[in-house]
Amino acid sequence: MDKVIIANDLTLSYNNNETIINQCTFDINSGDFVFITGASGSGKSTLLKSLYGSLPPKQGDLSVGGVAMKNINSKKLNFLRRHVGIVFQDYKLIKEWTIEKNVMLPLIISGYAKDVSEIQVQKLLTHVKLNHQLGKYPLELSGGEQQRVAMARALAHNPIIILADEPTGNLDDYSAQVIWNLLEGACTQLKTTVVVVTHHIPETMKIDYRHLHIEHGSIYEVS
Amino acid sequence: MKSLKNHFSLIAALFTILFTIQVYQVLERSISSYEETLRKNYAIVVIANSPLEEASIKSRFSLIRSVEEISPEKVIKRLEDEMDKTSLGLLRATLPKFYRLSLEHYPQPEEIDILSSQLMNIKAIKRVESFSQTHDQIYKLLLLYKGVTQIFAFAIFIVTLLLIAKEMRIWQFQHQERMNIMALFGAPIMLRSAVLFRLAIIDAIIAASLVFTVFSFIRSSGWAEPYFNDINIKVNVFNYAQDGLLHFSIALSLSIILAVMLIINHKEEV
Repeated sequence: MDKVIIANDLTLSYNNNETIINQCTFDINSGDFVFITGASGSGKSTLLKSLYGSLPPKQGDLSVGGVAMKNINSKKLNFLRRHVGIVFQDYKLIKEWTIEKNVMLPLIISGYAKDVSEIQVQKLLTHVKLNHQLGKYPLELSGGEQQRVAMARALAHNPIIILADEPTGNLDDYSAQVIWNLLEGACTQLKTTVVVVTHHIPETMKIDYRHLHIEHGSIYEVS
Repeated sequence: MKSLKNHFSLIAALFTILFTIQVYQVLERSISSYEETLRKNYAIVVIANSPLEEASIKSRFSLIRSVEEISPEKVIKRLEDEMDKTSLGLLRATLPKFYRLSLEHYPQPEEIDILSSQLMNIKAIKRVESFSQTHDQIYKLLLLYKGVTQIFAFAIFIVTLLLIAKEMRIWQFQHQERMNIMALFGAPIMLRSAVLFRLAIIDAIIAASLVFTVFSFIRSSGWAEPYFNDINIKVNVFNYAQDGLLHFSIALSLSIILAVMLIINHKEEV
C-alpha cells in the first residue's frame, strides 16, 4: 500500500526552540483513517501544522503526498495544499463570502471552470444537507452548519488527504456525529486518507482506524 | 451594507487626502495669480541722456521683459500756457529720456539691487528708480503667504502618512484572515491579493470621482469667484482634465502602494 505520509526522526519546534515533537518516526498509508490523540499542549496541532506545511521540520524528514516538507518553497507548498483538504475547530470560513463561494474556494484555486465548480458545489452542499443555504453567509449559520460547510469545502477538490484539527470540538453531539459520518464516508467511499487530531475518539466509529498517541514529544501507535 | 462598510474606511481616507491636495492647489494658484498681478503692475523707471535700444537692453538683462519709453508730452502740455514756444522747444530738446522697464517675474529685493547697479553701469543711464521700499513690503507679505502654504503642505503630508498607516492597520485586520485561509488551500500570492487590488482600485476610483464631483460643483456654482475678484485675481478652482487626472493617479497610486505593502507585510499564521 502507498505511504502518503512518512515521518523519519521528525523534530518540531517553534521559534522559542522548545521541542514539541522529538525525533518521531511513523507513516500513514493511503486510505487510512488515523486519529492522533494526546493531552492539551502535547503537540497534536503542531504535528498537523507540519503536515500542511505551516511549520517546517526542525530536524529529520517529513514527506506528505510525496512532497518533502523540509525547506519546501512556496510553489511546491501551494501545489501540495491544492491536494489536501483541511478542517479546523473554528471552521475558518471566509465571513464576507457566501456559503457557495466558500465551498468553491479550492476549485477556484485549482482553476476549475465556473460551471463545473457550480455543479460540484451543488453536489457537496446537497451531500451535507445545506443546498438550501448556499446564498447565506457563514455567520448566518449555526456552528454545526458552518462545520458542514467546512467539510464540503475540504472535499470539494477531491483531495488525497483530509487533515482535521478537533473538527467536533465546538459542536453538539448531533452535529459532531454528522461530521464523523462525513469523514468516515470520505475515507470509505472516496478512499481519501483522513488524519484527525482529537481529544476523544468517538465510540460510534464504524470503520477500522489507526490510533496514534502523543506524549512527552513522542508518538506511539495504540493497538 | 457590509461591503459598503469595507469600502468606506479607505474611501474616506483617500477623499480627505485628495480634497486637501486640491485646496492646496487652489491656494498655490491664488498666490501665483497674485504674484502675476504684482509683476504686471511693477516696473523700474530709468532716466537716460540718450535713447536706449530695447533689443540691446533685453539681450544684456534676461530679467527685463520690455523697455517702453514714457512720453514727456503730457507734462509739456501742462506748461503750454505758462511758457512760450521757443522755451518749450528748448525744454523738449534738453529733457532726458524716461523709460519704463517691465520684468519677466516679480523680483526678489536682491535681484532689484543687482539690476539697478548694473543698469547704472550703462553710460547713458543717469538714474534708476526701483520703488524698492514699497516693493520690499509687498514681497515680504507674499513670502509670508508662501511660507504658510508650505507649512500647510507639510502638515498635509504628515496627515496623509498617518492616515495611510492607520488605514494599513485596518486593512491588515480585515484581509489577513481571508488571505490566510486562501493560503491554506494553496492559493498563489496573486490570487490571494486579487480581492485587495480590486478593492483598492474601486475605492480609488470612487474617492477620485467624489472629489471630482465636489470641485466641479464649486467651480460651476461660482461660489469662490467673488472672493478672488475682491483681490483682483482669477483662479481656476478645478481643471477638469489636469486636476481630475492628478487625483485619479494619486488615489490609484496610494491605494495600490497600500495593497502592495500589506502583501509584503503579510505573514502566514503558524
